[in-house]
Amino acid sequence: MSPSILFVLIVALSVLAFQLGKTRAIAMVGGQRRIRDLHSLPGHYGLLTAMWCGLPALVVFLTWVLLQDAVITRLVIAQLPAASQALPDAQLGLLLNDLRNVVAGDVPPEMVAPETRVAAAQYAQSRDIAELALTAIVISIGIVGMLWVRAKIRPDLRARNSYERVIEILLFGCSAVAVFTTLGIVLSIVFEAFRFFSIVPVTEFVFGTNWSPQMAIRADQVGSSGAFGAVPLFAGTLLISFIAMIVAVPIGLFSAIYLAEYAPIKVRKYVKPLLEVLAGVPTVVYGFFAVTTVGPALRVAGEAMGLPVAGESALAAGLVMGIMIIPFVSSLSDDMITAVPQSLRDGAYALGATRSETIRQVVLRAALPGVVGGVLLAISRAIGETMIVVMAAGLSANLTANPLEAVTTVTVQIVTLLVGDQEFDSPKTLAAFALGLILFLVTLLLNVIALYVVRKYREQYE
Amino acid sequence: MNSTNDLPVKSAEETQALVRKSLARRYRAEKRFRAYGAAAVLSGIGFVIFLFGTILSQGASVFRQSYVQLTVTYDAEVIDPSGARNLDELVTADYQALIRAAMRERFPEVEGRPNLRELYGVVSSAASLELQQRVVADPSIIGSRETLWVLADDTVDMLLKDKVRRSAPEDERRLSDQQIGWIDALVADGSLKLRFNAAFLSNGDSRDPEQAGVRGALIGSALTLLITLSLSFPIGVGAAIYLEEFAPRNRITDIIEVNINNLAAVPSIVFGLLGLAMFIALFGLPRSAPLAGGLVLTLLTLPTIIIASRAALKAVPPSIREAALGMGASRLQMVMHHVIPLATPGMLTGAIIGMARALGESAPLLMIGMVAFVVDIPRSFVDPATALPVQVFLWSDLPERGFVERTSGAIIVLLLFLMVMNATAVILRNKFEKRW
Repeated sequence: MSPSILFVLIVALSVLAFQLGKTRAIAMVGGQRRIRDLHSLPGHYGLLTAMWCGLPALVVFLTWVLLQDAVITRLVIAQLPAASQALPDAQLGLLLNDLRNVVAGDVPPEMVAPETRVAAAQYAQSRDIAELALTAIVISIGIVGMLWVRAKIRPDLRARNSYERVIEILLFGCSAVAVFTTLGIVLSIVFEAFRFFSIVPVTEFVFGTNWSPQMAIRADQVGSSGAFGAVPLFAGTLLISFIAMIVAVPIGLFSAIYLAEYAPIKVRKYVKPLLEVLAGVPTVVYGFFAVTTVGPALRVAGEAMGLPVAGESALAAGLVMGIMIIPFVSSLSDDMITAVPQSLRDGAYALGATRSETIRQVVLRAALPGVVGGVLLAISRAIGETMIVVMAAGLSANLTANPLEAVTTVTVQIVTLLVGDQEFDSPKTLAAFALGLILFLVTLLLNVIALYVVRKYREQYE
Repeated sequence: MNSTNDLPVKSAEETQALVRKSLARRYRAEKRFRAYGAAAVLSGIGFVIFLFGTILSQGASVFRQSYVQLTVTYDAEVIDPSGARNLDELVTADYQALIRAAMRERFPEVEGRPNLRELYGVVSSAASLELQQRVVADPSIIGSRETLWVLADDTVDMLLKDKVRRSAPEDERRLSDQQIGWIDALVADGSLKLRFNAAFLSNGDSRDPEQAGVRGALIGSALTLLITLSLSFPIGVGAAIYLEEFAPRNRITDIIEVNINNLAAVPSIVFGLLGLAMFIALFGLPRSAPLAGGLVLTLLTLPTIIIASRAALKAVPPSIREAALGMGASRLQMVMHHVIPLATPGMLTGAIIGMARALGESAPLLMIGMVAFVVDIPRSFVDPATALPVQVFLWSDLPERGFVERTSGAIIVLLLFLMVMNATAVILRNKFEKRW
């Protein structure tokens, strides 16, 4: 039976279990009129029955479906002729692909090698057996659960409490997903990064100034070692982020000041969302904008001034990234500025300060920690931004502080190392995870500091 | 230590004079400061207008496409020499020959292979596909003549849309002078013009700009978002309900909360690495498929949805909870029957905003291989697919002039979807938001 039909069947069985539990509970006390003798509402008995019928069955079902393909594939590979088993991973992958296509009916069996045809038949057979077994197991689990609870139903069974307990555990499970995500990120990245560091020493990676991750396809090729000194990437990332902050911080901060302190409420009401539109535009759009509009414009301007501007200059990527980040800076600063109590302003006015003096010497000073926190968050956003730099910054790892040259960044290298086919074990692929680890740690650190600063400041006036 | 006695004592008049003297300067500073603020706001708005203006001006023309009107003879000798009306033969027949014949008929004066090749270059290679589809759909038209509109080549399209300069030297544009002459002749008698381009929304990707459309990417995005929504909304709302309504204040819940806040700020590409290492390498999910993409985007949007849902739950006044509990409801009954119905609009708003973010996200999808050139429209969650923003990324890399227009067109479609989603969120919030 196909998994989707089986899923529907599980749901149908649960509905049946609900009815069964409910009628059983009513029958136990002798009919509708005496349901006050029950501990819980009849529906609760039904829900409890349905839960014990459906949940275990679903858990088994999902685990099975997730693992089925991997297990069967392994079984099929084990039965392949020894020659095919000894193939390198990439070719084995091709063979498996053929096999899947045959099983799915996309490729007629005559078009593949005879071993593959045999294996495909085996695969199809194992899959049929597995699906049959799954159907039998899941349905019997459901029925056993249903009958077990039904047998347990008594008027004094605390059905509501048990049911609510299970729901609460489920809800807790939902919130634990976030923790598991973090755990998954840390484990997967750290694991791969450590494999990388067993090939390339950490010190070379962090302090080396030569980045050329091209690994040779054949072992005897020239320059097969590859160089993994990531300093040019860090420098490029910092350069672009720095340009972005030069654009975003003044514009963002001044817009926040103007909108919070000067602008009439009506203007603020319309302009604030308009600025926030910039935050909602997908980054790939900014990347395209940088490539087709800003980059060429800068080159023309550079030629006019006699400056050589690279086609993919750090300046173009940084400028556009700055535009993207304006709303982050402005809305966070806005929050911080409006959180400053009016009494502080009134005090400054009473001493004869003008509006701008009040803002500069009182409001901004009071809001400073919050604004700094916002800027830190914006920097972390700039460092982790991918699409703009992938499209508008270069690939060559230049160690330079000249914004008119092409530089590359950590995120660009992660993308270039991982897009396209690659084996999972080469240092090239693993290097991407090492870069990812650095990226994750740096942005995490910035966020923790920023959140700490912001929270500390907020508490002052609350 | 200085005592106040050391300070020069000024009389009230002196102080007033000092202040008056500095006033002009201070007011100028005030004006300047205010002007900086206004300039910042204006430049922000300017960026918005400039960005949207550029995209619109580059991409709006994508919804019109150049078509050539040709009178084609479905010559039985060319497409069905055996006369058997065998479908296999009809599919593989040389329809290009019919187009070529029609073009020769239209311009009988053109002679010589190089010239003829240039002449044929005016019509898109997709035109023969159109003929093939017509013949396969209705073989009885073989032998008849038909006047129909077929796609023009993308270089012709660019010329008609004024995207290439006619004045450029001949070797710098991709059309020769004589081709431009034919194009002008065709335009003059009304058999070459811009028509509404429905194909942009109904075609999949293609290597030819004039044929490429966003349908494959749209379906890919829809499948991906379907998975994302069906997982991240229930899980996110569940997590928010637990943290807001049930969680005891202890270490574990503290860890969860800090975690969610930090997760919200993790760069999206890191989620892509997670997806690659976990979903693809460990669980063996198919590469390039909406299934893996949807799972990655689920994890990515989860923090957004949790945070928005918690805010919605927080906005429900405690008096409602107390009233429910006072009437003897259990905690779960109070939440299910009273708090959630009131918080639903807020939670939906959060979900829509999360989905909008997921729709615009492309970096993690690059990691799990959704950057393939996929011509077929994906039909299931495990078919190779790409998403709309990734399609933008792919097209932006292609050298043909026609793809710049396609890219902008795809961006317009993407922005339209985002606008609809955000507008729905705003309307939902304004309509159902209650001030207690």
